[in-house]
Amino acid sequence: MGYELSRPEPTPPRRRRIPAHLRWPLGFLIAGLLFFLLHYYATRLGLKPFLDTWLPKSTINEALVWVICALGLNIVVGYAGLLDLGFVAFWAIGGYTAGWLMSGFFHFLNVHFLGAVPTDQPGVHFSFWMVLLAGAALCFVFGVLIGAPTLRLRSDYLALVTLGFGEIIPQVFRNGDNVFGYNISNGDKSITPVDPVRSVAIEANGFSVRNLGPFDELSRYLIFVALAALIIFMSLRLRDGKLGRAWLAIREDEVAASAMGVPLMRTKLAAYGIGAVAGGLGGVAYATHVNGAFAGRFNFSISITLLAMVVLGGMGNVWGVTLGALVIAWVNQTGLRRAGEAFNTQFGTEIDFTSYNFLLFGGVLVLMMLFRREGMLPEARTRLVLREHDKTSVGQDAIEVDELDEQANVEAGERR
Amino acid sequence: MAETTLTPAAVRPPLSTKAIVLRTSAVLVLALAAVWLIANIVASPVQFFSAAVAGLSNGALYALIALGYTMVYGIIQLINFAHGDLFMLGTLFSAFVITTLANQTGPSATGWVVFFVALVTTMAFCGLANVAIEFFAYRRLRRAPKLAPLITAVGMSFVLQQIGLKWNGSGQRNWPSVLPDDSFFIGGVRIDVNLLIVLGLAIPLLLLMRWLVAKTKQGKAMRATSQDQDATRLMGISVNSTISFTFLLGGALAGAAGVMYQQTIGTTRYDLGFQLGLIAFTAAVLGGIGNLTGAVLGGVLIGLIQGINDGAPYGLGQKWSQTVVFSILILLMVFRPDGLLGKRTGE
Repeated sequence: MGYELSRPEPTPPRRRRIPAHLRWPLGFLIAGLLFFLLHYYATRLGLKPFLDTWLPKSTINEALVWVICALGLNIVVGYAGLLDLGFVAFWAIGGYTAGWLMSGFFHFLNVHFLGAVPTDQPGVHFSFWMVLLAGAALCFVFGVLIGAPTLRLRSDYLALVTLGFGEIIPQVFRNGDNVFGYNISNGDKSITPVDPVRSVAIEANGFSVRNLGPFDELSRYLIFVALAALIIFMSLRLRDGKLGRAWLAIREDEVAASAMGVPLMRTKLAAYGIGAVAGGLGGVAYATHVNGAFAGRFNFSISITLLAMVVLGGMGNVWGVTLGALVIAWVNQTGLRRAGEAFNTQFGTEIDFTSYNFLLFGGVLVLMMLFRREGMLPEARTRLVLREHDKTSVGQDAIEVDELDEQANVEAGERR
Repeated sequence: MAETTLTPAAVRPPLSTKAIVLRTSAVLVLALAAVWLIANIVASPVQFFSAAVAGLSNGALYALIALGYTMVYGIIQLINFAHGDLFMLGTLFSAFVITTLANQTGPSATGWVVFFVALVTTMAFCGLANVAIEFFAYRRLRRAPKLAPLITAVGMSFVLQQIGLKWNGSGQRNWPSVLPDDSFFIGGVRIDVNLLIVLGLAIPLLLLMRWLVAKTKQGKAMRATSQDQDATRLMGISVNSTISFTFLLGGALAGAAGVMYQQTIGTTRYDLGFQLGLIAFTAAVLGGIGNLTGAVLGGVLIGLIQGINDGAPYGLGQKWSQTVVFSILILLMVFRPDGLLGKRTGE
């Protein structure tokens, strides 16, 4: 494929006040803050009914959790090109870390460490911030454990094995109320409630530091925005670094990367581990959002939704994935329902739009793959890779004519 | 390189430590499985064999579904995630033919006729649906990187689930069976007539499939396409229609499995195909993907293991069924990624 070398154009030296790698995370934080102010002053601005209908705070918080997890999956799928169909496992492990370390579940213990509840309550009560670290660490370990036996496999087998883990781990949690007589996860009864987060709370006028209640969604929103910004920053920094370049090299050609001295196993394991860390953070955050670790919620559709977010947004591109996650989570939570209601009142119909969300997702995945494989906001490099052998935009007849020519091209591409 | 070609491999190179560890642990795993089986037989032979019979019946269905996976994978290297959901649509279509079209509610004299009509129409329906899916969703992506058709297949699986959801409702539904529900006992083990019907249909179908692929011209074309599409095209074989034919066969087998499932087990749900499809795919991998005999062997083995796990005295029970099946898959991937009958393949 002809890449033309273009001479870099001499650009006039320009003074950049903000370093490049900070610009996007800061932009995200500023957007997050603006959104926060919008919600904070909603009543004064007269926007409250609109915001409560179309952009409720709980939807936004959940969407941010999806962003965190989707960015984790993006490291595995988008950066390193390893298809993972079982990412829900890490979400579940993160959720249960929160369930174990910040609730009264282990009632025979009495461990308190900077916890948010009085010390006379039984159970293990760590501070939310420490549980975040613990969840991330545990998921890293599990990511490496899951990755280790699978990374020798070809790509589609890898997808299948990750899928297997994604089915096993939630099932272990679902049946975990009796594992050789021990109760490790409370089974279907789930671990709930978890301890409140002790953090900066937004009051009607000013701030205070206290335990966040169920209605302090705006305060939790700030925490989630900060977490998402952290993951975005991490993704961007990693991508530019040695590890990130090694991932991209593996994604594009494993053999060539290996020949250039990239240690395949270690690099792939790093992708799994770091992707899992984001999943763990998302899981802990989600547990505080829904106030518990609910076994029934962790199923295959979460893995697929995350994959859809990564694919639709634009594999490998942090901005595409963030946007994809926000849009899909919003559509799932609020958008489809509200738009359906608006449609029904407008036209006097009674269509249950939310029941069509399988069709919506499946159809969108298929259509995107057929017509815009690189996603909404593609990375230039991903587009190049995904379009490499593609001649489908040419009409069917043209293919017949060019067949031999094309065959030669494809073959050359495969041998390369 | 030169030295190895000059001296043929008369002396096997000493095994690396890693290989020794792998082999030892593989033997250990197998030994543990054997101990578990023997313990189960000793504890309660009747219960063990009843569980095995139930497993065998499931295994025959898994084998039929696994064949569809393995043929499609063999020919275009695609994990057709939508295949399990096609099976689910097969159960629904069969129920539709039997209840709505033929207006049957239970076993009767005309039951057999209706059953065969349902079998044929469902096989045709599923086969054609599979061809349509290939035509609309996968054909354009044949030259795309592997990730693209795989994601499309997942998307198609969701679309089919939506159809099932609208057709069958969101909960489980029981459909009537037109087959006699007799049973007899051999040494205390209850054997349903249904099992014999399932085996009596599945085995000829499997043999037919083997004959088709091994002996006929169309089968030769399929094997050629799976080896080298370009060379096949140069030999004057239409690659597109060969692939379509493969999807037709796979779909028809899924349809047959659907009818039998609907007739023997009776309850279906819109997400049934997803679970069963995963198990069937595991079976295909267990046997060595791309290998027809392997798929059948894998299907029966997985069915037996699952049945014994669900019903035997020392089994973990049904709620751990998925975990057991996927643990087998993962162990297999670690120790023998090419399956029981598969050939060694490189990168």
